[in-house]
Amino acid sequence: MLALAGRRLAASIPSLLIILVGMFLLLQLAPGDTVDALMAQMGGGGDAQLMAELRAFYGLDLSVPARLLNYLWRLVQLDLGFSAIYGKPVATVILERLPATLFLMTASLSFAFFFGLLFGVIAARNVNRWPDSVISTLGLVFYATPSFWFGLMAIVLFSVHLQWLPAGGMESIGEGFTGIHRVLDIAAHFVLPTLTLGLIFLAIYLRIMRASMLEVLTLDFVRTARAKGLDETRVITRHVLRNAMLPMVTLIGLQAGTMLGGSVVVESVFSLPGLGRLAYEAVVQRDLNTLLGIVFISALLVIFVNFCVDLLYARLDPRIGKETGG
Amino acid sequence: MSAILSIEGVTVALPPGADRPHALDAVTLELRAGEILCVVGESGSGKSMTASAVMRLLPPRVGITAGRILFEGKDLATATEVEMRAIRGAGIAMIFQEPMTALNPLRPVGDQIGEMFSIHTDLSADQIRARTLALLEEVRIPDPKLAMRAYPHELSGGQRQRAMIAMALALSPRVLIADEPTTALDVTTQAQILSLIRDLQRRLGTGVLFITHDFGVVAEIADRVAVMQHGVVVEQGEAAAVLNAPQHPYTKALIAAVPPLAAPPPRPFSDEAILKLEGVSKTYRTGGFLGRNKRVTRAVRDVSLALPRGGTLGIVGESGSGKSTLARCIMRLIKPDAGAIRLDGTDLATQSPSQHRASAKRMQMVFQDPYASLNPRRRVGELVAQGPIIHGTPRNTALARAKELFALVGLDPAATDRYPHEFSGGQRQRIGIARALALEPEVLVADEPVSALDVSVQAQVLRLLAELRERLGLSIVLITHDLRVAVQVCDLVAVMKEGEVVESGPIGRVFEAPEHPYTRSLLAAVPGRGFQAAR
Repeated sequence: MLALAGRRLAASIPSLLIILVGMFLLLQLAPGDTVDALMAQMGGGGDAQLMAELRAFYGLDLSVPARLLNYLWRLVQLDLGFSAIYGKPVATVILERLPATLFLMTASLSFAFFFGLLFGVIAARNVNRWPDSVISTLGLVFYATPSFWFGLMAIVLFSVHLQWLPAGGMESIGEGFTGIHRVLDIAAHFVLPTLTLGLIFLAIYLRIMRASMLEVLTLDFVRTARAKGLDETRVITRHVLRNAMLPMVTLIGLQAGTMLGGSVVVESVFSLPGLGRLAYEAVVQRDLNTLLGIVFISALLVIFVNFCVDLLYARLDPRIGKETGG
Repeated sequence: MSAILSIEGVTVALPPGADRPHALDAVTLELRAGEILCVVGESGSGKSMTASAVMRLLPPRVGITAGRILFEGKDLATATEVEMRAIRGAGIAMIFQEPMTALNPLRPVGDQIGEMFSIHTDLSADQIRARTLALLEEVRIPDPKLAMRAYPHELSGGQRQRAMIAMALALSPRVLIADEPTTALDVTTQAQILSLIRDLQRRLGTGVLFITHDFGVVAEIADRVAVMQHGVVVEQGEAAAVLNAPQHPYTKALIAAVPPLAAPPPRPFSDEAILKLEGVSKTYRTGGFLGRNKRVTRAVRDVSLALPRGGTLGIVGESGSGKSTLARCIMRLIKPDAGAIRLDGTDLATQSPSQHRASAKRMQMVFQDPYASLNPRRRVGELVAQGPIIHGTPRNTALARAKELFALVGLDPAATDRYPHEFSGGQRQRIGIARALALEPEVLVADEPVSALDVSVQAQVLRLLAELRERLGLSIVLITHDLRVAVQVCDLVAVMKEGEVVESGPIGRVFEAPEHPYTRSLLAAVPGRGFQAAR
């Protein structure tokens, strides 16, 4: 099992390299660089002398291959470089923003997975009856609605009209909450973003779960379980659920990347200080180092999630791991 | 002895739009304690539906509309779901055909057997473990301690079926319903499982309702027999009476369709070999990345055989014997590692792909599953004409030829415009044969061509093959696990075991005076041998 895990990790190194090199070269196509953005921030004024000095200082005067090699060499030493815009090491900038994104992703994923599972099971148990129709229709509505619109409407309703929940940010600044109050305050700030990001995935999970439940329910061992005298609830919990969950688990890994992308939109709508917004700002400011750092961390995150999913899958399905262990 | 389960005039209605209004029509059966009642019939006869009706596990929208099912004084037809759950497993237990799919793949076998106790009794976890182990010992599973912790995919088919039997017998039910429990198993495993069921049944005094399509199995195990056709019991009585003096024409036809195990008189065929295998070997290697967990399976080892022109060579063996791999090597669907396959002297094994396409015309294959081997989205005429069209025949000529082929294999030539799902299993296999014949091959390789078919249909398809062999001068390689099938059409037979040919020769000689102990054990395991001899 550990050997399998090690091999999976080793196999992800080439993909990581391809992502980074591709991203680096792609960004060379964008007009302007960090120095242009810095000068623009300082109020324009094209002092060619200063710009050339700055470029030399940041190593931007070298050729593209040299800069790429430089970057990769520093990366091997676990150095993500220095952000000219933020005036801090990229690692520090990213670490500041990472918790919000991680928290948002974990919360949305758990929400989507749990309720997708629940509603999928309910829909499959009542297939073609009214609970199934209601759940499937709502699922389709959530899936078809753009998340930014959903987020904006949620702000209008819950924050502006009802004033139940805060409209944005990660916590109430200036209130000086501590301990449990602070935790509750942060949780309240995350309710709407989590729902907004999670609903689309909930819709996907519930459809997959419903289909896979219906398929598993027709299998022979379900008939065996019924012939043993198990009641329907136990047939579902002991025999059907775990088998039906396998496709869902695969999907989590595949969608970790999509979810990271979705969080850009949601973080912008709810002005959360997360990785998504940082990436957006880095693009606008041509902050190449920060952007590559984010790409690197995101890729690591997705690879890590997929790795966990693989391990989980091997735990759930005894046929995997032993047979394909070679 | 009195009946423990009596089915009285049970009618089961099918939903509107089905091919007939009733799945079961006034079925009356009686199962006494300590006897084995075999319910025999072909697919669609309602024999499995009878079992489902007793367990009240009918498919949705199918229900019992009339009659009573009495078990221990209670009418199961009207019992509540809660009452039924108490009876299922504890009073009436069931074993199924496919032991692979009938067990949950994600839970250990011991766990699934133990579940019987945890549902119906208050035993502690330790007691359940002890009882489960005792059960697995009782069904004579090798290494019961290990089997308890094993997952279904880690056991062989026979071991899985033993585990299923252990599960069914966990609570000593009064009635055991066995729905084709040995159909998916090899003949030697089948013999073991049948003797196990009979043993346990005698010892525990269980009444067994044994559902099967195979009269050989009936002869082997039944005390009494009920024959079903189209949802109606057409005949029932003591096993000896029904088998030796059948009254109903359908029973007579079914019994007549069971071929005798004795070979017909040898046919003349030429001495010249059209197809020659010389030292063919194929080894599968799995795993091997970084040299870990490497597994080497020698599927075919050094096989040398010859098929005379106009003759039929049967290759028989159990699952895993390498017979299908050998067939694929002959067709060059897979490349053998060593050896030569000579068709009229040219070695196929070393041909280039383009040469191979040219010689592919001369050798064609008929596949096992008539349901899966035809593309469901295309008309059958096109499927038959496809081969000649690829080899350059004009489309219209090929389609006209397809109609002729349909007539040749005994189908209506007008049916070429239909889709595969509109045909029955036997008809589809005829289409498969027509497709193989479309390229006018000299050699036909048939891989288990009849094993998915009912006995009466099997006989028809085999007769067709024999007829075509005469009319078209075909030479046939017939792969089968069923010795009765082999004996009907083959001139020569090769018995395979673990990739090797252990014995080969004229079929009459091999079956009447087998030399190799494995051939002898295969022949001894054929169910209902004694019944055949008595006829």
